[in-house]
Amino acid sequence: MKAITANRLSDGAVLYVGDDESFVDRFEQARLFEPGEAEKVLAQVLNRKTAIASAYLIEAEATGPIGREALRETIRKNGPTVRRDLGKQAELINERL
Amino acid sequence: MYRYDEFDDTFVRERVAEFRGQVARRLSGDLTEEQFKPLRLMNGLYLQLHAYMLRVAIPYGTLSARQLRQLAMIARKYDKGYGHFTTRQNIQYNWPALIDVPDILSDLADVEMHAIQTSGNCIRNVTSDPYAGAATGEVDDPRVWSEVIRQWSSLHPEFSFLPRKFKIAVTASDEDRAAIKVHDIGLRLYRNEEGDRGFEVLVGGGLGRTPFIAETIRAFLPERRLLSYLEAIMRVYNRHGRRDNKYKARVKILVSVDPDDFRRQVEKEWEKSDKDRLDAPLEELLRIRRHFAPPNFEMLTQDSAALNDARRDNEEFNRWISVNSRAHRQPGYAIVNISLKPIGKPPGDISADQMDAVADIAGRFSFDEIRATHEQNLCLPHVKKDDLFAVWRALDGAGLATANIGLASDIIACPGLDYCDLANARSIPIAERIAERFADPRKAADVGELKIKISGCINACGHHHVGHIGILGVDKKGEEFYQITLGGSGAEDASIGAITGRGFSSSEVVDAVDRLVDFYKDSRKPGERFLDAYRRLGAEPFKEALYGETSH
Ligand code: SF4
Repeated sequence: MKAITANRLSDGAVLYVGDDESFVDRFEQARLFEPGEAEKVLAQVLNRKTAIASAYLIEAEATGPIGREALRETIRKNGPTVRRDLGKQAELINERL
Repeated sequence: MYRYDEFDDTFVRERVAEFRGQVARRLSGDLTEEQFKPLRLMNGLYLQLHAYMLRVAIPYGTLSARQLRQLAMIARKYDKGYGHFTTRQNIQYNWPALIDVPDILSDLADVEMHAIQTSGNCIRNVTSDPYAGAATGEVDDPRVWSEVIRQWSSLHPEFSFLPRKFKIAVTASDEDRAAIKVHDIGLRLYRNEEGDRGFEVLVGGGLGRTPFIAETIRAFLPERRLLSYLEAIMRVYNRHGRRDNKYKARVKILVSVDPDDFRRQVEKEWEKSDKDRLDAPLEELLRIRRHFAPPNFEMLTQDSAALNDARRDNEEFNRWISVNSRAHRQPGYAIVNISLKPIGKPPGDISADQMDAVADIAGRFSFDEIRATHEQNLCLPHVKKDDLFAVWRALDGAGLATANIGLASDIIACPGLDYCDLANARSIPIAERIAERFADPRKAADVGELKIKISGCINACGHHHVGHIGILGVDKKGEEFYQITLGGSGAEDASIGAITGRGFSSSEVVDAVDRLVDFYKDSRKPGERFLDAYRRLGAEPFKEALYGETSH
């Protein structure tokens, strides 16, 4: 399966395309697409020029990014592995507290 | 320190206003990302994995306490409370929002700083010796010449769109602390036999995909002819540098094809140039020189009883002095290196509170001056020996008293896959784990000088090619692997390291480094550094230590 990821224009934050093609912050809320559909939705997403700085497809399962770029995409999904207090991993911890 | 004149200030302010407009037009959709990207890069703004990254220039590594305090303020207000010092004496912020960047640039302009020429195919921020004005044996303050070059290269219309980025480094000492031989142009100021000052001009050094040590293009260039000669080099490069292939566009490729021909062309270009028009006029040189007048040193004796007593009474302080301080040209003073490599932490990172602490210490004890080094550390250039104990205590209080300058745990590492969009593998965790392995001060002291440098991809921001032990992260079918090179040096005895063989997985690589160090310890002559032992013994026995007999 594929997910669509992006970097938000205003602050560069990692985004994913969720249900109803809105952007979501968390991979957990990302929608998984069949490859053909993913391409189509990506083309639409790339048109939303004031929302994002970049967008592309990644290989993913419900558990997380997979394939060759799995490590890179997991780091984008969570934050730097050397600073667990930063990035999305930190936001999650803060929410749980 | 150099102070902006009215022209500099107006120019930087105009650039901030211009970028503010460009950001607004991007946010409203008037500019597409393709149109905007080169504009943001011209202002030092990159897009990385998690966020934007802003690279701020620290011209020739010199900072005032006021500037460092402003950098701390920016880290706190707009970023996540820290900054990262790079291998080119710059500082990077890893989390600024695009919408805040015009304000950040404006706050930088308030302290005469900017992010111009930290990206793009222009002449980048000039690097120099962090001990400038303090080093023993220096023939002049290299910052005078770095500033001359900065003014000449800042938005030089002819050189704003070069075939590729272009980096210049200047030193005025025999000991090379600016890595001049791996820059596009390296300049070494010295006195010739007649006692005249001039530059050895080296061209074509560089790391990355095809590393080269620079060639000496001119053995002695009278110092006042610097700009006309640089102009001639740039003209030849601009004319013949390849624009069709990014990987062949650096001047090193042009020089490496035929150094003699390159030399001839530069000389020819220089001969016919109008030198008196191009070279900096004497009054201007004097004006710049006045900004770098030595501070008001006290007349002291070389020896400090207070220092000797404190060293005797405190073992840790004594170790820190031996490892982190260096001789100063002024009797009774010392140069203090502040390690940004605490064991087990990302190399080069510094918190906003630590920046403030360093600024305070510099204000009290080092004439307000701080330097950034290309080895991702800081330095207080002018500390009275009588004050060293107080400086150490204050640094220790801020978590900045790690005594490891030049030792195995003083590792250069690029941001790697934890932050960088171009990375193949992580660098920082490997650096952290190696540093932990050599954390014991006795073990580290026994190993002695050992420069380990790590890059997360072939762009070599971590200078792995010139590490005594270099480590390059590569991607092998989605797994991180680390290739080891040996025998590199970025100092006056510069050389490019040789690849040893197959790479190591992330779980193997620290043990691999340990095996190399063990072999060195067993094989060295008394007092011999790792690098010298490698050069004496050659690659084979080290490879055997790495791979065992199976390598044959
Ligand atoms: S060497 Fe590669 S991974 Fe490291 S900072 Fe440079 S571009 Fe990024």
